[in-house]
Amino acid sequence: MAEVNKQAIQDYATRLGDDAVVIGHRVSEWCSKGPFLEEDLALQNVALDFIGRARMFYSYAAELANDGRKEDDFAYMRDHREYQNLLLMELPRGDFAYTMVRQLLVDVFNLYYLEQLQQSSDETLSAIAGKAIKETRYHLRRSSEWVLRLGLGTEESKKRAQTALDDLWGFTHEMFDLDALEQQLADAGIGVDNTSLQAAWTTQVKSILEEATLIPPEDEWKVKGGREGYHTEFLGQMLNEMQCVHRANPGLEW
Amino acid sequence: MTDIIPLVSAAYSDRLSRRTESAIPEVWNLLDEVKDPEIPALSIWDLGVLNGVEQQDDEIFISITPTYSGCPAMGTISDDIGRVLSQSGYSRFSIKLLLAPAWTTDWMSPEGRIKLREYGIAPPENCQQGACQKIACPHCGSTNTETISEFGSTACKALHRCQDCDEPFDYFKSI
Ligand SMILES: [Zn+2]
Repeated sequence: MAEVNKQAIQDYATRLGDDAVVIGHRVSEWCSKGPFLEEDLALQNVALDFIGRARMFYSYAAELANDGRKEDDFAYMRDHREYQNLLLMELPRGDFAYTMVRQLLVDVFNLYYLEQLQQSSDETLSAIAGKAIKETRYHLRRSSEWVLRLGLGTEESKKRAQTALDDLWGFTHEMFDLDALEQQLADAGIGVDNTSLQAAWTTQVKSILEEATLIPPEDEWKVKGGREGYHTEFLGQMLNEMQCVHRANPGLEW
Repeated sequence: MTDIIPLVSAAYSDRLSRRTESAIPEVWNLLDEVKDPEIPALSIWDLGVLNGVEQQDDEIFISITPTYSGCPAMGTISDDIGRVLSQSGYSRFSIKLLLAPAWTTDWMSPEGRIKLREYGIAPPENCQQGACQKIACPHCGSTNTETISEFGSTACKALHRCQDCDEPFDYFKSI
């Protein structure tokens, strides 16, 4: 098995933290704007799960960095060019259909991803995955039920779900890419080989879409760049909002 | 309400033996004072969060396992453990957060399940990934109930409604 240095694992944990904190923040934007009370609560609980997941990944990155930084420094003191989350996570929350369709695409991905990460030879990554996957199963149950409800609901809900799907589809390909860092860690039995997840993801997503009478888009366009720090304009705006309190009051705790 | 026969899971008996075979049972007993801030009927022992109490020289080592990743109660729980220990004269202690093995509702104590039901929350059922259809109403015991939402007031609970007594209630999800 190839030798992997600590820096590589730290970078890997950091980008997994980035994915989780960015989607968690997007979901949290629904606070007090959910379509009804129970759904509002549910969205906040899902957001909390993702933010908790980000804390675990960032804490591990901080532990490996061992340079005095803490989890908060990873979340609040890095700029958008340093963030390496997948673009799919940062897109604005859109309408409710857009949010739920994205959650479905992300939840199915997380299910397979975390299953593999649980097999990691790195004990901490495996432990975080073991914890997160239980929550992901609940997230997926909910997002797939919502997509069915939207697809089989009214003409309007179906139209919105289909539009969301068409807008999001081109961003899903990035989930199955493997850059040099990920390749190195996959070879070492530490990271996940994302390319191996695509077939199972596609089958499961398409079967849910079919049941919801939504049409899976053709693979006509692909956007990527998140893992290299190239983002849409929306991430910078989101981070501005997410980081401003911490940056205005550095080191403040309550 | 029908009689409840608590079934003890293998995971719970492991925890129980760690407690009963401990060299410092008084510290385990002391920590029964620490409650879940969101469900004060349950101690951290009942909830399955308290997983280890050990002593090396004059230092006490406490291990706790977080419930959900984003559970905001863990900070309060750590603070409360520290306070209870300090008040009883233990000055040297450390609290460690264990991620693996991941917390499961199987660790909940049988007494905890009863206390939960008396508190008005349906305890977790032993079924695969929450696919349980028959959750008993904690108010009247009827299993004629329906799910309103997969998430209730907190991440660990789902919202259900009893179709016999018409009361809504929280269900502590099996995870
Ligand atoms: Zn009832």
